[in-house]
Amino acid sequence: MSDVPRIVSSRFETEGSHTMEGYKSSGTYAGYEQIRAALALSPDEVSSLVKDASVLGRGGAGFPAGVKWGFCPPDVWPRYLVVNGDESEPGTYKDRILMERDPHQLIEGCLIAAYAIGAAQVFLYVRGEMAHAQERIAAALNEAYAAGLVGKNILGTDFSVDIVLHWGAGAYIVGEETALIESLEGNRGMPRLKPPFFPAAKGLYMQPTIVNNVETLANLPWLLSHGVEEYRAIGTETSPGTRLIALSGHVNTPGVFEVPQGTTTFRELFEDERYGGGIRDGHELKMFIPGGASAPWFFPEQIDLPLEGRVIGGAGSMLGSGAVVVMDETTDAVRACLRIVRFFARESCGKCTPCREGTTWEEKILQRILDGHGRPNDLELLLDVADNISPGPYPAASHPDAGLEAIPFPPKQTTICPLGPSSVAPITSAIRRFRHEFEAKITHRDLIPVAAAPMGEGD
Amino acid sequence: MARFTAANEQIARDIIARYPLAKSATIPLCHLAQEQDGYLADDAMAQVAELVGCSSAEVLGTASFYEMFKLHEIGTYCVNVCTNISCQLLGGEELLHHAEQTLGVRAGGTTSDGMFTLEDVECIAACTEAPALQVNYRYFHNVTNEDFDQMIADLKSGDLASEVPNHGTLALVRQEIPADRQTNIGPPEDQEIPVWIARQRQTAGGDGS
Repeated sequence: MSDVPRIVSSRFETEGSHTMEGYKSSGTYAGYEQIRAALALSPDEVSSLVKDASVLGRGGAGFPAGVKWGFCPPDVWPRYLVVNGDESEPGTYKDRILMERDPHQLIEGCLIAAYAIGAAQVFLYVRGEMAHAQERIAAALNEAYAAGLVGKNILGTDFSVDIVLHWGAGAYIVGEETALIESLEGNRGMPRLKPPFFPAAKGLYMQPTIVNNVETLANLPWLLSHGVEEYRAIGTETSPGTRLIALSGHVNTPGVFEVPQGTTTFRELFEDERYGGGIRDGHELKMFIPGGASAPWFFPEQIDLPLEGRVIGGAGSMLGSGAVVVMDETTDAVRACLRIVRFFARESCGKCTPCREGTTWEEKILQRILDGHGRPNDLELLLDVADNISPGPYPAASHPDAGLEAIPFPPKQTTICPLGPSSVAPITSAIRRFRHEFEAKITHRDLIPVAAAPMGEGD
Repeated sequence: MARFTAANEQIARDIIARYPLAKSATIPLCHLAQEQDGYLADDAMAQVAELVGCSSAEVLGTASFYEMFKLHEIGTYCVNVCTNISCQLLGGEELLHHAEQTLGVRAGGTTSDGMFTLEDVECIAACTEAPALQVNYRYFHNVTNEDFDQMIADLKSGDLASEVPNHGTLALVRQEIPADRQTNIGPPEDQEIPVWIARQRQTAGGDGS
């Protein structure tokens, strides 16, 4: 692993890495020395550092964190920093590991960001189901408070900030930043309309609020210790640094791997002994999801693409939250598609009609196709329902055999947030590529009830 | 018995004190009630409302949105089998079927002895360890049918009691903020420009963000 830079995962295998002692004595930089280094700079200098390094948000959208910080109106106070640890995108398993195994790294990242932004308070929102992560963060915060690293007059300076552990209660949509803010205010986690409610302008308690992903903030201590140049030397010009990728599904050695962004390809990820170790023995790749359940599917032709947001977006999908799910030829495309759609149907918050009604219909139609009750026009109906949630051509990978070009990301939407449109991803991906599988289920196991026959003809 | 005990009420007040506005403590307080009673009872919600200063209908409105809040009594152990895509690919649905057969209830049901509630859940972020499940939000990775049976036996015999607390209890460690370390927490309208930002602006001659 020596040639692979470890920015955020350097303590994953270290015994006791979750304690302050472990954080200070292991890893690729000296723990809690980085906030000291940041405090020697001015807040603006720290912001510039993050902007110059081009630290891209690791939550899904991939927006540069330093630029996001700059969106706060200059003279409105207080500002809040909210850490999004509500990791729930199917296939994603990176923030949990960061919170469980290296909570102090995240806390130090929060301190650096809070200092730069001028945050009055930090809220660390951990997903409700992650009891162990909550425990580790609570213990780490208690240690940090006792050591004078969080709270009043940090390290004897005039920088003071509280970090409050907050925890959710089970709702995927709360991963969306405005829904997360609603939830943090004690309400149902329903997204707010943007504009006007861009968190940087009107967020928590209608104050400027920066919402950053756990992994994004976990990058900051290393950046402070190694500097912009060394950070930018990893990955590519437009996607510097590393990504934590959760590789799951039909590979020999699934796992969470830290890989350089932009330079690593999917082929390397699947086949390299350090990562996936090849597609499950005796099987071949049928399709894969490059960035979580919301991402349109890729197929063997896309395997040589690099893990870079821009490239993947142009090829018709997204790198999203770093969740790569590999499916071999034994996978039933309809069944996989239904499972993902069912997820969105269950998790729709119900605020926007096209999503609330549409995802439920998508699920019903797919279920009846899978059960052998599909109707001849079901595929058209399905695509029509999908079109009401995300109108126009939906992002999709190219299909050279069928002469189809890639349709670039992102999709259009008739909803406030991208949850509804995400439900369309597996549908268009699967139908564009495996229409025959759907048709076979509809025609060969067609069990249209007798009552559906024209009047007078049934008996 | 669903109002907070004196000790828990103190914990509730400590939690509320960490937020600029009390209503933000709604979800943590509902969790605390669930930890105490195993589920979220009506009078617990009424008390949460009193503590955070809203109506009990608002607390119900919030609580009913979230999957983890159980508004009725459920089993001592809530067994959540993940069947989402990564787990489905490696047998999550078959594991759920086995669980239904073993426990004799369908997903969503509770065994007649009140010991287990079985749920078919969405991704629990253990995708590389599929198929995975949680019992009272404690993880079990790469679960085979045999592992499942063993786990159920161990839960019944009490062998897992130290690892898996009763339903409702999440983190066993609570955040404690020492009173003399706490800073700056108050409603937004009482806040001003942070001192270190003001200091920078002064040195930089009034310019900055």
